[in-house]
Amino acid sequence: MMRYAAPLVLFLLLAVLLAYGLRLDPRRVPSPLIGKPAPAFSLPTLKEPDRHFSPDQMKGRFWLLNVWASWCVACRDEHPYLIRLAREAGVPIIGLDYKDSIPGAHQWLKKLGNPYYQVAVDADGRVGIDWGVYGVPETFLIDPEGVIRYKQIGPLTPEDWEREFLPLIRSTTTK
Amino acid sequence: MKPSALFLAFLLLLPATAGAIDPRRFDDPEQEARYYALIGQLRCLVCQNESLAASSADLAQDLRREIQEMIQAGRTDQEIIDFLVQRYGDFVLYRPPVKPSTLPLWLGPGLLLLAGLGIAWRVLRRRPAGAPPPVANQAQVHALLEEDASGEAGNPPDGEKG
Repeated sequence: MMRYAAPLVLFLLLAVLLAYGLRLDPRRVPSPLIGKPAPAFSLPTLKEPDRHFSPDQMKGRFWLLNVWASWCVACRDEHPYLIRLAREAGVPIIGLDYKDSIPGAHQWLKKLGNPYYQVAVDADGRVGIDWGVYGVPETFLIDPEGVIRYKQIGPLTPEDWEREFLPLIRSTTTK
Repeated sequence: MKPSALFLAFLLLLPATAGAIDPRRFDDPEQEARYYALIGQLRCLVCQNESLAASSADLAQDLRREIQEMIQAGRTDQEIIDFLVQRYGDFVLYRPPVKPSTLPLWLGPGLLLLAGLGIAWRVLRRRPAGAPPPVANQAQVHALLEEDASGEAGNPPDGEKG
C-alpha cells in the first residue's frame, strides 16, 4: 500500500503546483518601483508646450499616471472607463503620452474625449524607461507623499479599480 | 556545396547578425565589446524570450540607445545593469540572480535529478534480489529443456538460415 502512496503524493504536489503556476501570466513583469518614490521628471504639456508638468505638482493627493498613445489599440478599450473615472472617482488622471505624435494625440483626444487633468508628452520614451514602462497602456497609482503604490499592466478595468486601487486609496486616506 | 551543408552554414552564421539589427557606432573597440556583451545578457521585456541584442521591439531599441549612451558617458557595466534592474526588476537579467527567492530555481533541477537517481537506484537494486518464479515440477522443466537442446542440433528453428 505504501508503494502506491509515494507516486500519488508526488502527483498531488505537482497538481497543486501547476494549478497555481499555470494561472500566472508570465508576461506580467512586476514593478520594482512599488513602494518607491515616483521618478522625477519635467515634460512639456500637450496643450501648452511652454508649460511643464512634474510629479511634484501633485503632492498632497492621490493621483493616477496613465501611459497611453494614439497608436495604441488597447488604450481605446480603457478610454471610456477613464472618462468615467475622471468624472466620478475624484482622483486626477495625468496622461503620459508615450512616443506619440503631437497632432495624433490631439486628434485622438478630440475624437474620444479627454479624461486627463494634464497630459505630459514623453516623445522619446525616456521618462517611460525611468518608470519601467514596457507596454501601453499602463497606469500608476501615486500617493500624497509621491510614492508609487500600484502599477496596472494593460487596460484599467472597473474590477481592477475596485480590487487594487480603491483599497490602497481608502487605507491611506482613513489614517 | 550540398544544400544541407549550406543551410547548416547559414544557421551557424545567424548569431553574427544579432549586432546587425541596429548597429551602433563606437569609436572605442573596448566600449563596443562591452556594449555587445551587455545587450546579449539582458532581456527584452516586450519579446520576453529574446535578448536586447536580438529583439527588434521599439523598447529594445530605446534600451540599446540608453546602454550605448551610458557606456559612452563612462558608466561601468554594473552601473548599467543596476540602472535597468532598478526600473524593470530582476526579470531584465537573463541569468536570475542567486537570492533567497530564486534558490528553488537554481537548486530545484539538481535536487530533482538526485531524487530521480535515488529512486532509480532503489528500484534497480530490488530486481535481482527477487526470487525466481516458483516452478511446480523442476524435473519436468529440465526434461523439456534437454529435449529442446537436442532438437536444435538437428533441426534449425523456423525462419532462420541454416
